[in-house]
Formats: sequence, structure tokens, C-alpha cells
Amino acid sequence: MPQINLLQAVNSALDIAMAHDPRVICLGQDIGQFGGVFRATSKLQEKYGKQRCFNTPITEQGIVGFSIGLAAQGSIAVAEIQFADYIFPAFDQIVNEAAKFRYRSGDEFSCGGLTIRTPYGGGIAGGLYHSQSPEAYFCHTPGLKVVIPSTAYQAKGLLLSAIRDPDPVIFFEPKAIYRAEVGEVPDHDYEIPLGVAEVVTEGTDITLVGWGAQMHQLHRAAKMALKDGIHCEVIDLRTLLPWDLETVAASVTKTGRLIISHEAPRTGGFAGEISAAVQEQCFLSLESPIMRVTGMDTPFPLVFEKEYLPDYLKVYEAIKQSVNF
Amino acid sequence: MTAKSNVIGVPRFTETTDLTIPTLTILDADGKLRKNAHEPAIDKATALKIYENMTYIRVLDERMVAAQRQGRLSFYLTCTGEEASVVGSIAGFKSHDMVMSQYREQAALRYRGFSSEQFMNQLLSNDLDLGKGRQMPIHYGSRELNYMTISSPLATQIPQAAGYAYGQKLVGKDACTICYFGDGAASEGDFHAGLNMAAVSNCPVVFVVRNNGYAISTTTSEQFAGDGIAPRGIGYGISSIRVDGNDILAVYAASVEARRLALQTNAPVIIETMSYRLGAHSTSDDPSSYRHADEEEIWRQKDPILRMKKWLLDRGWWSDQQDHQLKTQYKKEILDALKSQEKRPSPPLSDLITDVYKTPPLHLRQQYTELLNHIAKYPDHYLPNPNNIDHQSALTQVN
Repeated sequence: MPQINLLQAVNSALDIAMAHDPRVICLGQDIGQFGGVFRATSKLQEKYGKQRCFNTPITEQGIVGFSIGLAAQGSIAVAEIQFADYIFPAFDQIVNEAAKFRYRSGDEFSCGGLTIRTPYGGGIAGGLYHSQSPEAYFCHTPGLKVVIPSTAYQAKGLLLSAIRDPDPVIFFEPKAIYRAEVGEVPDHDYEIPLGVAEVVTEGTDITLVGWGAQMHQLHRAAKMALKDGIHCEVIDLRTLLPWDLETVAASVTKTGRLIISHEAPRTGGFAGEISAAVQEQCFLSLESPIMRVTGMDTPFPLVFEKEYLPDYLKVYEAIKQSVNF
Repeated sequence: MTAKSNVIGVPRFTETTDLTIPTLTILDADGKLRKNAHEPAIDKATALKIYENMTYIRVLDERMVAAQRQGRLSFYLTCTGEEASVVGSIAGFKSHDMVMSQYREQAALRYRGFSSEQFMNQLLSNDLDLGKGRQMPIHYGSRELNYMTISSPLATQIPQAAGYAYGQKLVGKDACTICYFGDGAASEGDFHAGLNMAAVSNCPVVFVVRNNGYAISTTTSEQFAGDGIAPRGIGYGISSIRVDGNDILAVYAASVEARRLALQTNAPVIIETMSYRLGAHSTSDDPSSYRHADEEEIWRQKDPILRMKKWLLDRGWWSDQQDHQLKTQYKKEILDALKSQEKRPSPPLSDLITDVYKTPPLHLRQQYTELLNHIAKYPDHYLPNPNNIDHQSALTQVN
């Protein structure tokens, strides 16, 4: 099986989706001949033509609004927002329009063919506006699905599922590991179901939950803890909305301890939701308070990025704290 | 740099007055053909259909405002004064063209064949409302009639219309999109985003801007400093025309031509209809607090329906007697529909959670079960219409 990176896996998914279904259209800033600022859409315009893969003006609300209309018409629209930090001009189109399209029309119309791809997250010295993790805003919106892959294999399978899913999906891509994350990815078409978490490492002492680039911090912390004799069960959520409470709750019932980690600021972050839902289900199984290892409640910093980020050392310390509670 | 420009050696600014947009007017106030005006080809059947639709909407609006005052509807919004802007434009399109409207274009929906019962079902949120009782009155929509369901946020349909039209172009059928909005919506970011996207991506979409003088209480002089909306189209590279929105033939002629142009050139077109919102913004509004009755009276004299009626009478295509009969017939039809449809039950409770996603996910089904269990404890408190719930079947429907 070929080894490719996460970015190439995204490109492969788009390529397959476009090859198999002529209704699939890719649009966004610089995604045409240039292939996108990260090269995720490389060669797609060459293969499928300018009508199916094209540059747009710099207008996020325009790109998303246009894509909603395209999807409502019956096309499969795959829009790229160049950085998740710049998704906010499209917030109204996503939250008030895409998310509510089917509901408000009584299923007369739907824009389920819409997928919005956008690179997110820190670790690239991007400062305030090239580093954010805005997933929680969208997880607060019924009607959307929110998906975040952490490996090349996941990126391809989840993106193919997202594109073919009958509901609008926001697909956050962990840009910090676009090239660093390399793994075996089949050439062929495959899908990974949405809404299903993956237990990546089985363990008995504590459950670690995360998604996207943060998974690599969790794995590293789990390896350190193992040297101390602590067996961590590591769960990759993969889909944040709707998220797989069953898998997480089953794990916490077994381990009695839970740490949730994300790059986004703590207050209002998605770890809060997971924490609340798990304590409702697992109260009598809990051996220690559920902990959150997250970004701080500041804008995303530049020179202190390393200090801000919830890295493996912070996760490792939290593991010890939880186990020794 | 693709813009062509003459080179100048001294600073000379282009003034807004350098661009003057003419206004297409074909009929004068008395419904007579203006000198040098070219009457568009229109057959008797189309002309009467247009007139009947305008009349229907005037009657519907009057009856529904009255029904709202009686407490039978929670909310209503009239098209009064702008009937020609809406009916004249929709009449220039084909039934397979998509309509993406704002909220004051119920006349276009009627033109497509929406029945009195269907209007009432939506206004009353009953079990036959196509929108399943989810949106406030006047948020109509119909897949069958190619009329996109209305949403309250302003101007969001503009970039969507561009995308819809792009999809139509790719499919390659002789179809386009007509997108309505008002002078106020044209201040939203989505207006600029949508126009630019439509022009750059070569989308066959016709934007109809109803410039009716007001956005609730805000006058156009407080809304923009330039010369209306049409010049903005030029700035985006879009063919634009301004028409007398109370002149049915002007609106119709511009619309037929706009559709032809949009499809022939695969490009957007803008029509700005100059008219006046004779009624309140909605039943929640009282215009007497921000505008003078004299101003309204001036526009009442320019009533687009009356103007068309004069033209029809002149041609011998219509009579006062027919006019009277038609209004009586519509009044009865609408009141009968109101009476019958308000007796219908609400949609089933399970519609609370369907259509959020294609299939209700587990967490939503669990929340629904919690709700059913709670309601079972206080049935009188929650369900004004107990007929609409059968717990077991409700659960089956969503599982």
C-alpha cells in the first residue's frame, strides 16, 4: 500500500469524488490551476476542467452562499475556505442558511450536497489569524456535521463520506500535519462512516479523547504514561457533530477517568460538551474529575504559541493528576 | 489589470452623475402607450393572467391583514403597490426557472399556481403546510413550483441564486434563476458577494431589485448615497436596467429581455424596479410614525393595478363588470380557504426533529423521547391540539 501524506490523501479523495460523480464541483480561492495555497486541489482543474474546479473571488460568504445554491440545485459542492480563521464572513450562510435549509423548507429543498473544507489549527507560527480552531461554533448548530481527521487514512475516507453525505458537512483539516502525517492509504475508493469514533489504543486506566492534530499529542503523552505503568485508552472522535457518546461513555465506564484535549480556547470549547454528557452517563463510574487540556482563553498568540498549545507534556501532567486524584 | 481606461494627465474624478441610468416606461399614468415607447409582444391570455394575479394578491393581502387584526394569523406582510414589479417580472420567465425570493413576492408564487389553500396552510402552520409549521407566516416555498423556500435573513439568497444558476448552466437545460430582493437588502454583504460571484462565474441569473423607497422605516436616502441599485450592477460588470415598477408593460418587457440575455450570454442581469411600498412593512409596523399620508396618496394615484386595468379596458380585453366579478370571486375563494384550513390540526410533534438531518441522529431521538415522556406528565400544558400526537407513532416515525 502506498505511503502518502494527509494533504495527498485529501487530494486523492477529491480526485476520486470528481472522477466518480460528474456532479462534484470544487471551488474556492486559488484552488484552480494553482491547486490551492496548500496544494490540496492540485491537478484537479487540469483533469476535470475549469467548469468543475475553479477560482472564486475573495468572498467567503459568496463562496459558501454560491455553494449552497449549487448544492440545492443538485450539484455536489466542495468549497474550500483558505483558512478556518477566515470562515467567519460565511458564518451567516453556514449557520442560518446551510444548517437550516432542509428543516425550514419541510424537506422541499436541501443543500446536503455541500461540503466545506478548511485548514485549521496552530503549530505553524501563524499567529491570531492562521491558527484558530473554530469547531465549537459549528458544533452548536443543529443541521451541520463537523468532521476532523487526524491521519492520512482518515482524511481520505472521511472526506469521501463527507462529500457523499446527505447533510452539509464542515471538514476541518489539520494543516500543521498536512505533510508531516504520512501513512498507508489505499489507492481505491473507501469511506469511513461519520459519527463514529475510533478507539486507537486500548487501555484500562484512563480515557484520552481528542481529534485532528491534537491526537498526536495524546499518543505521545500516552506513551510517556505507559512508562509509568499507566495504560491510556486513546479515542479519536473523528466526527464532532454528531459525536459518538456511546464509544466514549463505554470507555469511561471501563477506565473511570477522562481527559479531553483540544487546541481551541477552554471556555465554550467542545471539551465542555463532552465532559457534561459523559458525567451524565458515567457519574457512578468516575474515579476523578473529568479534565480538559486545552488552549488558553486568549486570542491565538504568536511568540508564545508553544506555551499556549496543549502539548503532550500538559496532557501527560493531566494524566498523572487524574490517576493520582 | 483588465479594465480599459483612457489615460489622463491631471486629476479628474469620475462623478456619480457621469453615469445616468434611464428608466424604461411604456405606459403613462392613464395606461396609454407613451410616445416612442415600444409595446412588448403580449397575448391576451398572458395579459389577463398577469392582471388576475395582481388582483388576487391585492385581495389576498387585504383579507390577510384583516385576518391578522382579528387574531387569526400571527403575522402578515403585503405586496401592495408593488404587484406589477413582481407579476410583470415572473411573467417573463418559464415555469422551470427557479425563483429565489425575499418575502414580498407572494404574487410570483401565485403566478406559478400556489392555491388559496396552500397560502392558508403556510400562514396558519397547519398539517398541510409544506414547511411543516416551522417558519413564521409568509415564508412560502414549493419544490413543485420551483419556488425556493424563503428565509428571513436578508440577501442570503443572492449568492445562492448565483450558485443555483451555475448548476443550471452545467446541466445544460434552457433554465435560469430569478432572484428577488429589496433596496434595503442591497446593503448587505451578500448582495455584493453574490453579484460579483454571479458575474465572475458567468451565471444565468436575473436579479430583480424592488426599489420601493423603504426598508421598514429607513428611507432610500438613508440607505445609500448613490443613484439607486442599478449602477452597482455596472460596477460588477453586469448588464443593468431600471424600469418604472408600476408600469406592468415596462417590467414585463425588461424581464423577457433579461431572461433572453441571461441565457444567451450565460451572464447575470439586473432589473431595478422603481416603485413604492404602499402598505406597512408588516403587520408589526405602523408607517404613520415615519411617513406622511400625503406621500402615500401620491403613490396611491399611481396604483399599478389600476394602470394596467385602464390599458386592458382600452384594448377591449376587460370590463368593469368582469373586474367586479373577479374581486368578489377571489374574496370568497380566500375566505373559504381561510375558514376551511384554519380548522386543520397542527403538524405532528415528530416534525420537531425531522429534517434537521436526512435521518435524525441518536442524540436527537433521545432528546425527543425525553420530551415525549415529559409531555406525558403535563399533556394539557403543552399540546393545544391533542389530536396531533400519538406517542407511539411519533416515536416510530423518527426511529
